[in-house]
Amino acid sequence: MAADNVAVPASEINPVGAQAEREQRKAGLEPAGPAGAFDWMAALRSAGQAAFLAGVLAFFFIGMSTDIAPGGLVLSYRWLGLVYAIALVFFGRLLLEAFIFHAAPASARAIAAVVFILVVIGMMAYGVPGSRQANRILVGAVLGALVVAVLYVVARWRSGARTAARTKRVEAAPRFAWLARAATIVLLLVAAVLPFLITTFFPAQQRQYIDLAILIMTYVMLGWGLNIVVGLAGLLDLGYVAFYAVGAYSFALLSTHFDFIGFWVALPLAGMLAAMWGLILGFPVLRLRGDYLAIVTLAFGEIIRIVLLNWYQFTNGPNGISGIPKPTFFGLEFVRGSGGFADFFGIEYSTIHRFMYLYYIILILALVTNFVTMRLRRLPIGRAWEALREDEIACRSLGINTTNTKLTAFAIGAMFGGFAGSFFATRQGFVSPESFTFIESAIILAIVVLGGMGSQIGVVIASVVMIGGIEMLRNLDFLQEIFPGVDPVQYRMLIFGLAMVAIMVWKPRGLITTREPSAVLKEKKKIGADLVAQGEGH
Amino acid sequence: MSEAAMSEPVAGAGPRWDVDPILTVEHLTMRFGGLVAVNDLSFNVGRGDITALIGPNGAGKTTVFNCVTGFYKPTEGRIAMRHGGGQQEATVQAVTAGGHRYQAANDGAVFLLERMPDFEISKKAKVARTFQNIRLFGGMTVLENLLVAQHNPLMIASGFTLAGIFGLPGYRKAQRESIDKAVYWMEQVKLIERADDPAGDLPYGAQRRLEIARAMCTDPKLLCLDEPAAGLNPRESAELNQLLKFIRDTHGTSVLLIEHDMGVVMEISDHVVVLDYGVKISDGDAGFVKADPKVIAAYLGVDDEEIEERPEVAAIAAEALEAAAPAAEAAVAPPAGAPDDLTRIKGIGPVNARKLGEHGVTTFAQIAAWTAADIAAAEAYLEFDGRIAREDWVGQARGLAAAAGKGDVK
Repeated sequence: MAADNVAVPASEINPVGAQAEREQRKAGLEPAGPAGAFDWMAALRSAGQAAFLAGVLAFFFIGMSTDIAPGGLVLSYRWLGLVYAIALVFFGRLLLEAFIFHAAPASARAIAAVVFILVVIGMMAYGVPGSRQANRILVGAVLGALVVAVLYVVARWRSGARTAARTKRVEAAPRFAWLARAATIVLLLVAAVLPFLITTFFPAQQRQYIDLAILIMTYVMLGWGLNIVVGLAGLLDLGYVAFYAVGAYSFALLSTHFDFIGFWVALPLAGMLAAMWGLILGFPVLRLRGDYLAIVTLAFGEIIRIVLLNWYQFTNGPNGISGIPKPTFFGLEFVRGSGGFADFFGIEYSTIHRFMYLYYIILILALVTNFVTMRLRRLPIGRAWEALREDEIACRSLGINTTNTKLTAFAIGAMFGGFAGSFFATRQGFVSPESFTFIESAIILAIVVLGGMGSQIGVVIASVVMIGGIEMLRNLDFLQEIFPGVDPVQYRMLIFGLAMVAIMVWKPRGLITTREPSAVLKEKKKIGADLVAQGEGH
Repeated sequence: MSEAAMSEPVAGAGPRWDVDPILTVEHLTMRFGGLVAVNDLSFNVGRGDITALIGPNGAGKTTVFNCVTGFYKPTEGRIAMRHGGGQQEATVQAVTAGGHRYQAANDGAVFLLERMPDFEISKKAKVARTFQNIRLFGGMTVLENLLVAQHNPLMIASGFTLAGIFGLPGYRKAQRESIDKAVYWMEQVKLIERADDPAGDLPYGAQRRLEIARAMCTDPKLLCLDEPAAGLNPRESAELNQLLKFIRDTHGTSVLLIEHDMGVVMEISDHVVVLDYGVKISDGDAGFVKADPKVIAAYLGVDDEEIEERPEVAAIAAEALEAAAPAAEAAVAPPAGAPDDLTRIKGIGPVNARKLGEHGVTTFAQIAAWTAADIAAAEAYLEFDGRIAREDWVGQARGLAAAAGKGDVK
């Protein structure tokens, strides 16, 4: 400590180099060139560079494809697609240069826009076979104009924002407070009636959509649980799926060994067991900081999975455990015939009831998680977690037992993971180690980070985008109407990856970056992300 | 509590800090590997006093602080914190012999800080501290910072979170009281207007004040401040003096501070302890320390550049070096040929190279042949505390001399 330098307040650090340029650009200042003029040469050069890069990247991704043919795979070429990709990038970049990167005069913008629209029309008219040419020209014009319109709006918005004080890091909340509250209530109402909305408006795909809603809700709950450890306490946990597995296997094993144990009895037990494992994991990682913490939690997640895989006598190994009982509604099972849920309430039996019931269970579990987390944030323990994330040494100087504080964070986070796990077991009716691989941990962590660490609503948005979005990308068949011969479903991971990169570039601290203070004296102000520490291992 | 009264011997039994110490540091030694940062240091902090710990850079002041507040475990020594009053010699003996960390007796309690983990020192022994490089919770508001400091009482009030989750009235009351206390301290440090602003957004001086307020929210009996006036302008320094006197007089909290700003030290301190090279060189009230020739010689206003302007200091050191140097010079041939560029030795700058040159040390070979006594003399002369040994000038010089191919260096 004696060797530490005097901390420079963040407000006094001036960005340098690329960062300065970016800040300048953000603030709407011209990085180069006199205002009003548009340097066509520079714009063309940068467009050329972008097109070259696109060409290199697209050479394999778009220019070639492997198709199944008799006798094995054959390589086919799509040079037209490659040319299209390069042309799109070139003229698109030109458009960006004119609208976003520089405040080009209207004439330059018009030229760039017209050229771009013509290129799109030409591509649609010439290269895409299928429907009538007139239609394709129309579609091309609409698409091109749409892109230009979006860029125009963004440019206008940016120039407007330029005049506003953009560097202000503390925002007075009142202006949007009512909006946020209203949005929360609307969201809650939608979540509460969602199964009925689905059965009413999408009767054909009700099963699929309710399943998807359940899946999203499960990840929301897991995200909220992990948010306690990562977002509040600032301890990077890469093995969260281990607690999910403990919860799921707790219920599965208890139900196979004891007949009287149903979902509602197993739920608290699974939570407790997971919390216990949270403590067990917590002990060795207490002394670790930074990357080492991440590595040990990662290893812990893998250890749990490998034990489940190899302890054949106990866990049935890779075969998993099946026949896990379904949840009952106060003892009523969701079965056809007398004594079932439908019979008791005198409604017509439908398999969808069970899925709706599952949805409501996970909704309530998730809301409980949220409620408890919000409550904990306002309690001394929650404040100690956040203080721990900000500065552990200062915490110790204030008499906070950091060991216990970290352990409670791990245990409570793990407990919610365990609840979600036992829900997973009852929903699937079957568990196996395959469901608890590292990728699950990574997805949950991505949800938390993408949503904005510590933000509850951010986790919801990120879950809907990540889990719902990737499912929705499977249903892009309608795009084939526009681009016949192209199967967009094959590109869904590419689109997803692009979206992730875009978020990393524009919102590196997640979608919701502001922190809400846990106690307010007079006026609630949101705290900008640049002041909030991220804790260990980030 | 005028300063004159403080320096008067109380009831004829020595100064007040020896009669009624809140903290006694006895034979404290702290070693980091081979480096002795604090060597057999003993001093007392009087109850209700403002005690200043001063000394040149690297004298070991912050190390003492870190030992007192539990961030370092001292290599040797005893640090006893006393609640209640008086020496409580019997309790101190009982705790030490019994292997306990602390013990309450009828008239007070004794805590052996060297045996306690850092958070317990704040929680139980009631010793709070601030940091040389400010350590606030930058992303939390001023109010939240002060509430975190009241963690332990609030934790109990919230029934270790259970009562708090259900919002029981007992916890709500405790929460209100903790906010009242935070408001009180925000008013004292003039931050009430910024209660809902993030701490990281405050200007530097305000952050220093907030850190003191945060430490005070733990209800300390002893407040340890590590350079509280660093980076403050004169007006802020004056305000800090007022605040520290207020803390001492109104709250009866004893203060132990490290400070370089002599204006602050001399004005408010009841008791000054001077460290140099990890050893105590003076101990007394401000007037006594100011007049102590050892302090003047070793510390006040003397630095690397000015040393030559202080003939008496330079003379002593030069004598010491000269006494040792002939041996070195005899062992090696007298400076042969052109002098080497001594600054190539890591740790020797142009100033020191010039100073060494004034005593005839100009080549690597000469430094390579230094004995332990020579090193000690050179360290005294250059005012380097163990740096020559630590940076292995001799070894470096040997390598450089060998590379240059001159002198038969062993």
